[in-house]
Amino acid sequence: MRVALFLTCVNDTLYPDTGRAVVRLLRRLGVDVDFPMAQTCCGQAHYNTGYRHEAEPLARRFGEVFADYEAIVTPSGSCGAMVRELYPRLGERARAEGRGDTLERVLAPVVPKTYELTEFLVDVLEVTDVGAYYPHTVTYHPTCHGLRGLGLGDRPRRLLQAVRGLDLVELPGADECCGFGGTFAVKNPDVSAAMGADKVRNAESTGAEVLCAGDNSCLMHLGGTMSRLRTRMRPVHIAEILASTEEDPAA
Amino acid sequence: MSTTDLGMPGLPPPGRPEFPPFPEAAHDAVRDERLRGNLRHATHTIRAKRARAVAEVSDWAELREAGRRIKDHALRHLDRYLVRVEEAVTAAGGTVHWAADAEEANRIVAGLVKATGEREVVKVKSMATQEIGLNEALEAEGIRAYETDLAELIVQLGKDRPSHILVPAIHRNRGEIRDIFRSEMSEWGRPAPADLTDTPAELAEAARLHLREKFLRAKVGISGANFVVAETGTLVVVESEGNGRMCLTLPETLISVVGIEKIVPTWRDLEVFLQTLPRSSTAERMNPYTSMWTGTTDGDGPRVFHLVLLDNGRTDTLADEVGRQALRCIRCSACLNVCPVYERAGGHAYGSVYPGPIGAILSPQLRGTRSAIDASLPYASSLCGACYEVCPVAIDIPEVLVHLRERVAQGGEVTRGGNRVVLRPARGHGAERVAMRAARWAFGHPGALRGGQRLAARVRRFRPRTLPGPGRAWTGTRDLPALPAEPFRDWWQRTHGGEEEEK
Repeated sequence: MRVALFLTCVNDTLYPDTGRAVVRLLRRLGVDVDFPMAQTCCGQAHYNTGYRHEAEPLARRFGEVFADYEAIVTPSGSCGAMVRELYPRLGERARAEGRGDTLERVLAPVVPKTYELTEFLVDVLEVTDVGAYYPHTVTYHPTCHGLRGLGLGDRPRRLLQAVRGLDLVELPGADECCGFGGTFAVKNPDVSAAMGADKVRNAESTGAEVLCAGDNSCLMHLGGTMSRLRTRMRPVHIAEILASTEEDPAA
Repeated sequence: MSTTDLGMPGLPPPGRPEFPPFPEAAHDAVRDERLRGNLRHATHTIRAKRARAVAEVSDWAELREAGRRIKDHALRHLDRYLVRVEEAVTAAGGTVHWAADAEEANRIVAGLVKATGEREVVKVKSMATQEIGLNEALEAEGIRAYETDLAELIVQLGKDRPSHILVPAIHRNRGEIRDIFRSEMSEWGRPAPADLTDTPAELAEAARLHLREKFLRAKVGISGANFVVAETGTLVVVESEGNGRMCLTLPETLISVVGIEKIVPTWRDLEVFLQTLPRSSTAERMNPYTSMWTGTTDGDGPRVFHLVLLDNGRTDTLADEVGRQALRCIRCSACLNVCPVYERAGGHAYGSVYPGPIGAILSPQLRGTRSAIDASLPYASSLCGACYEVCPVAIDIPEVLVHLRERVAQGGEVTRGGNRVVLRPARGHGAERVAMRAARWAFGHPGALRGGQRLAARVRRFRPRTLPGPGRAWTGTRDLPALPAEPFRDWWQRTHGGEEEEK
């Protein structure tokens, strides 16, 4: 199976470790993974901030870059939801505005074959035990677009529960938004920070060493809050936990 | 008719000519420990109760879908159903009035009250009359309106603004309510007992005695309606306290002000909403009082009935293909109770009688996006989607928020006052627009993106704790992430996809 990694612009620029972890994990599971160099950004920030027309060329680029792969895997619930939920809407709106069906036609093939990482593991590869080893206490925060947009359900938790050495503890108020919300974090900084601080306090109350999630943007907000509040926890992307093994442990 | 600001619901904070934009209002609210505590307690309690009440219903998803379809159908054929309502109400002995905006509705109601010769009215809790500022309009005509819903009474006595659709005094705790009753009730009628404590039973009894005089004396009642059944012209009010039943049956004259989107075609349609509304709003299987009336009946209830059908921006909203779904709203307030932003900012920050997620999509449509508050409301959400998940009529609130952000940031064609007009982009989005365009350009040229990433890697040691200008919005409360030595794409190319490293 020819699988493409859609890493996302945030991970590419700020969190290359997450990208390396996805590559290592998928290779370990026998997947031939490629990183098409022409990929950039899915356009979510543009779309959600009210710049739909600026998002369109980015979506078109995505459709063209990933057209020939059998599956597109992304370590981001949020960008995954952008493709799966909002790309069809982008195409529809462009047509409704009398700009033809070109965008719709470019986007249609990539929408159903785009998977968030945990979805790809559980649904396509049909594994929950990925052979990982991670001897730490971990609490898991389901990010909103993965939870409510993609409907990831208990997939991430099932994957984490199968990791040897990992002690998974319940996060109180897990379903509540962390307060990142893309440009919301800077347009409404007070509310965003209050939500982040509450999430961090809930995470701290579990006694876990690690706060795990499937979206580095949310973890950037929470990690920044954690270090400002001088908590001893650290944010870790789920891919890095699943990639970690006894022979090759994550930092 | 003015094309924007059709009726300003509620009043801006003291000393302000208009409501401040949402982030500014929220800035103070998140620092108000007592408010945060009151809201956290109240919203979490009702949130959990609602979840239980909804989980009991095995066909909830089907009821939600049915509710969505009934409302969409009624809205699509609103012209026909409105005329049907007028015919049915008139045939049943009522009088129907049409109000294009708040001013006209207030003028009609004030005229009707004056014609009775009365100087006071009792009111059933009603969002429509809040929206048009009816109490203030009546006051200006020398007519006193008494709110009889317990929470509305607390708000009215406290010279306060409602902060929640269902629980307008949600921002108050018991101690504050006792203080308001003790100091203010005597101004309005029967005073509270001097030894009033903050136990719920005592507070309720004080309110009951205070209100009873009003119920027994009033000759005119004013209400809204949760539903209007087109086939018979029947109005429906759903409530918990019984004050509504008093106001709807005791006075000689009843005036109901109802938004035109409240119509359902048939009685059968009520089957759906009378299941979904109570469970979504108060988490009850069935609400204690459901009052239904059709025109007037000799010897039973009010002898005179007036229905004021209110537009006030609704027809304009209906013209928008994405935004019109907001008109499905049945005012249950489930979206407020699950909203993490509402929980922290409080209802007053929304500058409207419609706070929370539904308010953030309703107010900028009913009033337009010209004012600072209305232009800021579409951004008052992290787009977490909890509101859409609980909405009993499946309003995709995040979708409408993003749609309205586009209207604010980019302008475009909208309907105002029945006319198609082209809006210019709102002020204050110039820099953002440039940044978005630049980012789009960079993301369209991977080479440029890479150049930027490499530049960032080179200056990675310089990692400021605080950023100047707009960057402060991030670094005020959060540290910046550390920049990596190289972006992923450089690593991928350098190591041929990691194969060099794996050898």
